[in-house]
Amino acid sequence: MANEKIRVQINGIDLDVAPGTTILKAAQQVQVKIPRLCYHPDLPAWAACGVCVVKVEGSPKMLRACATPVGPGMKITTHDPEIYQVRKSVLELILSTHPNDCLQCPRNGNCELQKLAADFGIREVRFEKRVAEIPPDTSTPSLVLNPEKCVKCGRCAIVCQQMQNVWALEFLGRGDQTRIAPAADVLLNDSPCIKCGQCSAHCPVGAIYERTHAPEVWAALQDPEKHCVVQIAPAVRVAIGEAFGFEPGTLLTGKTYAALRRLGFEAVFDTNFGADLTIMEEGTEFVERFVHGKGTLPLITSCCPAWVDYMEKFAPDFISSFSTAKSPHLMVGAMAKTYYAKVMGIPPEKIFMVSVMPCTAKKFEISRSKEMFSSGLQDIDVSITTRELARMIKASGIDFANLPDEECDSLLGQYTGAGVLFGATGGVMEAALRTAHYLVTKRELEDVNFTEIRGLQGVKEATVRFGGHEIRVAAAHWMSNIETVLNRVREARKKGTELPYHFIEVMACRGGCVGGGGQPYGADDEVRRKRAAGIYQDDATSAKRCSHQNPYIQKLYAEFLGAPLSHKAHELLHTSYQPRPKYRIA
Amino acid sequence: MIAERQESSEGLTIRPDDSGHSNAREKTEGTGSVGTEKLTPELTDFIIRWRDKPGNLIMVLHRIQETYRYIPRAIAFQVADLLRVPLARIYGVITFYHFFRLKRPGRHLISVCMGTACYLRGAEDLIQELETLLGTGLNTVTEDGEFSVEAVRCLGCCGLAPVLTVDGQVYGRMTKEHLADILAKYGGQSLSAK
Repeated sequence: MANEKIRVQINGIDLDVAPGTTILKAAQQVQVKIPRLCYHPDLPAWAACGVCVVKVEGSPKMLRACATPVGPGMKITTHDPEIYQVRKSVLELILSTHPNDCLQCPRNGNCELQKLAADFGIREVRFEKRVAEIPPDTSTPSLVLNPEKCVKCGRCAIVCQQMQNVWALEFLGRGDQTRIAPAADVLLNDSPCIKCGQCSAHCPVGAIYERTHAPEVWAALQDPEKHCVVQIAPAVRVAIGEAFGFEPGTLLTGKTYAALRRLGFEAVFDTNFGADLTIMEEGTEFVERFVHGKGTLPLITSCCPAWVDYMEKFAPDFISSFSTAKSPHLMVGAMAKTYYAKVMGIPPEKIFMVSVMPCTAKKFEISRSKEMFSSGLQDIDVSITTRELARMIKASGIDFANLPDEECDSLLGQYTGAGVLFGATGGVMEAALRTAHYLVTKRELEDVNFTEIRGLQGVKEATVRFGGHEIRVAAAHWMSNIETVLNRVREARKKGTELPYHFIEVMACRGGCVGGGGQPYGADDEVRRKRAAGIYQDDATSAKRCSHQNPYIQKLYAEFLGAPLSHKAHELLHTSYQPRPKYRIA
Repeated sequence: MIAERQESSEGLTIRPDDSGHSNAREKTEGTGSVGTEKLTPELTDFIIRWRDKPGNLIMVLHRIQETYRYIPRAIAFQVADLLRVPLARIYGVITFYHFFRLKRPGRHLISVCMGTACYLRGAEDLIQELETLLGTGLNTVTEDGEFSVEAVRCLGCCGLAPVLTVDGQVYGRMTKEHLADILAKYGGQSLSAK
């Protein structure tokens, strides 16, 4: 029965759809686009805005296409003058409570409300203007809440609660007094917010956006006293093209390096090198804990700062399980101001280190604890998102699409296929397993692909065997999935039974960093898959695909760090964790 | 899809700001202090007894308001812990329903009915007059902490419109002229003499 299709008619076109399909999705199948504002494919339909209303024969009122499943024989009209007028009125009502200062808005050019207003040809708003006067919340280093621009679509609160299970944001009040804010009138920075930025990635307008640090970067680039260096995260290269008309997933590493040089950076590094370095530390850590029994199992990855913040607030019982290895961009930052400074003879205090990340939480991470100052200075001066870099490139008149490819600066730039994998869910685990295999068996893998931990399923599990060991691993992404994994471990710990996993990877955003909160707008699962495909393509075509094979990593250990987990490595490449309250209120 | 939390410590701790990244700016309401109210043992028992029953939150909150006359912030945190619900959900509920008060009302609470019948028969004038007499607006407390005025929906005695209650005592067919006398009954002479 579940397979039996339902016949419906949309604008006179007959089609058969699966039961449960909404009118909105059914219409897509016959190339009809129903306008929508609050609906987002990641989220359950909330039916808040009313822009997607349609007529259904026999129904006395118009129905919301996003939330109405088709029924047998339904005759649906999606567009006629009356429907158009209703939708236009809804838009005008929304615009009457909106500042409409599009030219100064961070979403200018990619705002979903602006696009609807353009599509509907709105030239006047018939209703009295009533814009709520609520000051913006700029308390976090990552995100800005600007309630004035909020259209109450609810996406951010649903993302925060259901996708991320963080509950930093909630609908407060009711009716025209509704606003979205943290509970108990606390500032966002004092709330459980983990700075993942998924709210900003899902906001259709300029009500939640990344706190920009581009001005600091511009200033440093203009300062003759500064030696500006930069690194890009794995997920940036497969997404930045979207801002310049490329398909999602197009691998644009060389053009991004070139653009960064044209912006004025004196050295262009790659966070993938840091990922290789992370694997050397974390892989060795895993072998220490798993083979030699030194330390807590399961080992849990710590590359994702939103996940780290979540763990410290919601799951501090896992602190001892956490890898103490810093995230890759922090490692590159620490190496830039120590190793690179030494090799190049540049005083570290002159080095200005910028990291370009798919992430808003990285902005918070760069000063989250004293270990972020391991070089004696702040290791990363500024972290900007993919979106901010795209804007900087545009502002500089760089014809990104036609740039010639360039190479990075090898010292902290050359990477292996394992390094780039960090951009997708399951990738850190896969990269770690490749090197752990080598560390345990002293042999290279014949097939380096661990495909069972790839893909968009929320929790992926695998059992890997090598060197006489059976290693049970799990990779979880988008925060609401992690509690299940942690609970399995908690249960085993309580009962004293065998651990369900030895190694767990967590990324806070759906799809991993490719779906990060600082990535170009408009991500859905199709976009995430394409971006991930770009990551796997970069890996598959790399000459070397395991971190320990990276000659520049070998050189770094030989010349500077000694060995993984050495005293020096601990000083520069590792961090610590502490329980933190969900609400910080004096 | 909404995952239950394992630990629900809403973690009330003194701000341990070692992170060096707090850019908290001043905001009119501010994050403020959480307050010192503690759940009574009776309330704690009550909440624990109802912990796993569906629809418990609103009932518990009613009980809290009966006890404290409003929902103190510190109590909201403790209820979140005990019921194992996010604090955000509690605030979603108590800011949605006008019934719940987030601020401690004055010693005497005047509720003016703004239901349709009372509204048509001049309830708004009553509120204005009370504001004049008490020198303070809706949902605030007089300087001496004695009175608060709130607007409520239908009290269910439209035949007496316009209606107000003081600490639950109903006064019907009110006019502006009655109000000073009523306040006086509750020790408000000094105010009306002002």
